[in-house]
Amino acid sequence: MSPEPVLSVRGLRAYYRTRHFGVEREVRAVDGVDFDVERNQIYGLAGESSSGKTTLIKVIAAALKPPLQVVAGRIDFAFAPNLLSLDADALAKVRWKHLSYIVQGSMSTLNPVRRIRESFVDFAARHLALPRAAFERAVAEHLQRVQLDPAIVRAYPHELSGGMRQRVTIALATICRPEFIVADEPTTALDVVVQKEVLDMMRSIQRGIGSSVLLVTHDLGVHAHLADKLGIMYAGRLVEEGPTTAVFAQPRHPYTAHLIASLPRIGDAAQRQPLEGNPPNLAAPPPGCRFHPRCPLAMDVCKREVPPMTSLGSGHRVACFAVNPA
Amino acid sequence: MSGFALYALRRLGQFVLVVLVGIHIAYAITHATPIDPVEQSIAAVTQYGNTSPEAIALMRVSLRELYGVSGDPLQQYLAFWRRIASADFGPSLSAFPTPVSTLIARALPWTVGLLLTSTLLAWALGNLLGGYAGYHRDNRALKAMAAVAMGLHPVPYYIVAFVLLVVFGYLWPVLPISGGSAMITGVSSGWSHAASIVQHSILPAASLVLLGVGSWFLGMRSLVSNVITEDYVTYAELGGVARRRILHSYVMRNALVPQVTGLAMSLGTIFNGAIITEQVFGYPGVGSLLVSAVYAGDYGLVLGVTTISIIGVSAAVLLIDLAYPLLDPRVQHR
Amino acid sequence: MNALKVLRDLFKTNVEFAIGAVLVGIVVVFALLSFVSPYPPLDVYLVAPDVPPGWPHVFGTTSRGQDVFWLLTYAIRNTLLFGIAVALMSRVVSLVVGLLSGYKGGWVDRVLMSINDTFIVIPLLPILVLFFFVMRDRMTSGWLAVTMALLGWAYDARLIRSVAMSLRHREFTRTSVFSGMTTREILQREHLPYVLPIVFSTTLNNMNWSIGLEVTLSVLGFTDINTPSIGGMMYWANQHTAMVAGIWWWIAFPVLAVMMVFIGLYLLAVSINEYIDPRSRLSRIGAGA
Repeated sequence: MSPEPVLSVRGLRAYYRTRHFGVEREVRAVDGVDFDVERNQIYGLAGESSSGKTTLIKVIAAALKPPLQVVAGRIDFAFAPNLLSLDADALAKVRWKHLSYIVQGSMSTLNPVRRIRESFVDFAARHLALPRAAFERAVAEHLQRVQLDPAIVRAYPHELSGGMRQRVTIALATICRPEFIVADEPTTALDVVVQKEVLDMMRSIQRGIGSSVLLVTHDLGVHAHLADKLGIMYAGRLVEEGPTTAVFAQPRHPYTAHLIASLPRIGDAAQRQPLEGNPPNLAAPPPGCRFHPRCPLAMDVCKREVPPMTSLGSGHRVACFAVNPA
Repeated sequence: MSGFALYALRRLGQFVLVVLVGIHIAYAITHATPIDPVEQSIAAVTQYGNTSPEAIALMRVSLRELYGVSGDPLQQYLAFWRRIASADFGPSLSAFPTPVSTLIARALPWTVGLLLTSTLLAWALGNLLGGYAGYHRDNRALKAMAAVAMGLHPVPYYIVAFVLLVVFGYLWPVLPISGGSAMITGVSSGWSHAASIVQHSILPAASLVLLGVGSWFLGMRSLVSNVITEDYVTYAELGGVARRRILHSYVMRNALVPQVTGLAMSLGTIFNGAIITEQVFGYPGVGSLLVSAVYAGDYGLVLGVTTISIIGVSAAVLLIDLAYPLLDPRVQHR
Repeated sequence: MNALKVLRDLFKTNVEFAIGAVLVGIVVVFALLSFVSPYPPLDVYLVAPDVPPGWPHVFGTTSRGQDVFWLLTYAIRNTLLFGIAVALMSRVVSLVVGLLSGYKGGWVDRVLMSINDTFIVIPLLPILVLFFFVMRDRMTSGWLAVTMALLGWAYDARLIRSVAMSLRHREFTRTSVFSGMTTREILQREHLPYVLPIVFSTTLNNMNWSIGLEVTLSVLGFTDINTPSIGGMMYWANQHTAMVAGIWWWIAFPVLAVMMVFIGLYLLAVSINEYIDPRSRLSRIGAGA
């Protein structure tokens, strides 16, 4: 019997509702998502730009700002049941100690007018609850773990390189040893060599702390390198999910198959065929399965009904009528 | 910190440029006109008809020298700069023979005092309230303040000063509406004189502050509403950093940076406003001095005040520019 | 036409624009009335002086025997024309400096911006006062307008420059460069349309600035005080100590008129600025989630 998952998402729907200069719009960015993340697991979420993965992690991190609204669904963390019902104070207790966030370490993630040390104090001091000297020592130790010179605490963000800033962000997010870390495109802004180092470091820290990571990136190569389990999103819905090796070896959903097939492989000189059409307009999405306008296997039922997520065994799930006829 | 030294040098260079350009403009205006400035001045000064012919002759001589209409163009130019370098604008015609520099020196502390206090007060208060207004967008009191500020902001200094004058001069005369301090006969003790100065400066300062606060408030509010969408603010919120800390250390601290630049850029306008305000309230600063000098046709005084204004405002801007890196550590790397 | 529909939408949905448009509309109507004025503007002592508002002198009369209402129509017309003249003339300089500086970058940018900042810092009122002092009776509104246009372009040039800088790196600019267009052609044909919205809003702000400065100078008597202008009316009212004598209408109505002009232009500028701001535009068309 598997232990209780650290994160459990059920039936989540989150829309952007705007009204400006007399024009009303509802963008259905996340439209019915269910999945679990286990303890000590890196769960990768892949998908192209308008797949809804960014919105999904915003909601999971409880970073909801109008016009983003949760319309339906439930998010349960092992340490914070029914996350969406928590008020600001309860959320503040959970943040960083149990739930942290790694963002793209671009120029503007850290406060540009304050030294690195202040960021650590702001984010971590109240959780670690150590006297000043002990706190500074803890920070220095942790920075060394991400292969940074502890002297950088005296620097300003703009004095560090991109790779260094990313490591600082990772250090910040992990110093309180949270149970769940959301990582949003953590290496996209870095060049390939640094990318590999940072990814390896992320994995070693994660294994060291035993936390779970929700890793979101469009880069399938990163997922292949890091993720234990992989979920593919398209147009606001999960279309396939399974252990990373299984999904790569045997993609069942036509969209996943296309994604995997379009990855460049050294020595493979075959032409890549692009998918026809464009991602759907989430303000007026197509009925039934959202992929059907571009799907080579589309049938009549796909245009009418939403395919349910069905299990294929050993943790592999797919939402497609071609795989599981209605 | 060689980065700062380079920056300071650049700012100093800008200061020199501004002073040079400004004074050259003044020179051009006074020397490139089709009218004979000497006769103009004399006509204006003697219009009340009680100056003796000897005095007129004396004035003509000193004016010719002052205006530099004696000697060829190069000599005029050099003489002009020599005078400015030694801060010697000759005797004041309207207060003959008191030197212009003495009059300016007497009036300058009043203006500096008024400007310093009202500008800093307006800037600090406006930024503080504007910061709160930008962060707490639903607060009704702050929203009302924004509406008032928007209505007040485009009104020129003169109107505000004038309205205050009318209100406190005729409708509700509780504050003195003219002069720098009460005429105190006998020995004036330090405290009562100081109190009187403060009392007399309330209205001019109020009219400067009222307008100033409005524009800083609006500016800060819009800056803050931009800054709160920045990544580092979102990240701090995700990190559960206390709201208060975010407001002060992440939002306002960053929004303050362009406001400092804005302060430097608007010093010229604020100074213009001070001139007018002094005139309306009869406040004995360089502003009223300038206006009365024009009425009296006192060329030396007008030129003197103009020159000092240019140098003074540029110097203030230089000071602010030099303090800027304290607020924004990124500036050395540009 | 597209622009008309945009203006109508703005009027209906944006309170600030509506109020601003109404205020400016009233003022413009007022100015146009000057063409049907029964009294020539420069004459004095035409009617009984110091008559309080009533019929037939709706706004009363001045101590110099002029009908305040009809005098005000001339004053508003002259003041508005002055503001438009200065704004148009200074647009030329602002555009040239801003576009060139933003597009070229490098040392051109640095030199132009140094000069630009010089004009921002220099306090203009003393210079204009000095100008008046030297010109005295030769100082006409025309000269003043030219001088102010030559001095007041700096602030807007910076705004235009920042728009130009963002255009520099766009695809279509590179294409134009590769196709062999000269700098002047690029600036004129490709960049100008993008810059026009901000030029429009800065024009309104510039009008406020120039009218404000002109009123300030007139009130002090430092301009041609015989041509009726709003500041001029206040100057003469002060000369005749109208407030003390109780002739409040001589001052109140010009003040009211000028405040309508300022607040109206400002609200228009602010609402147009918000409308063309890319962020609010994106949320209008539903993108930028």
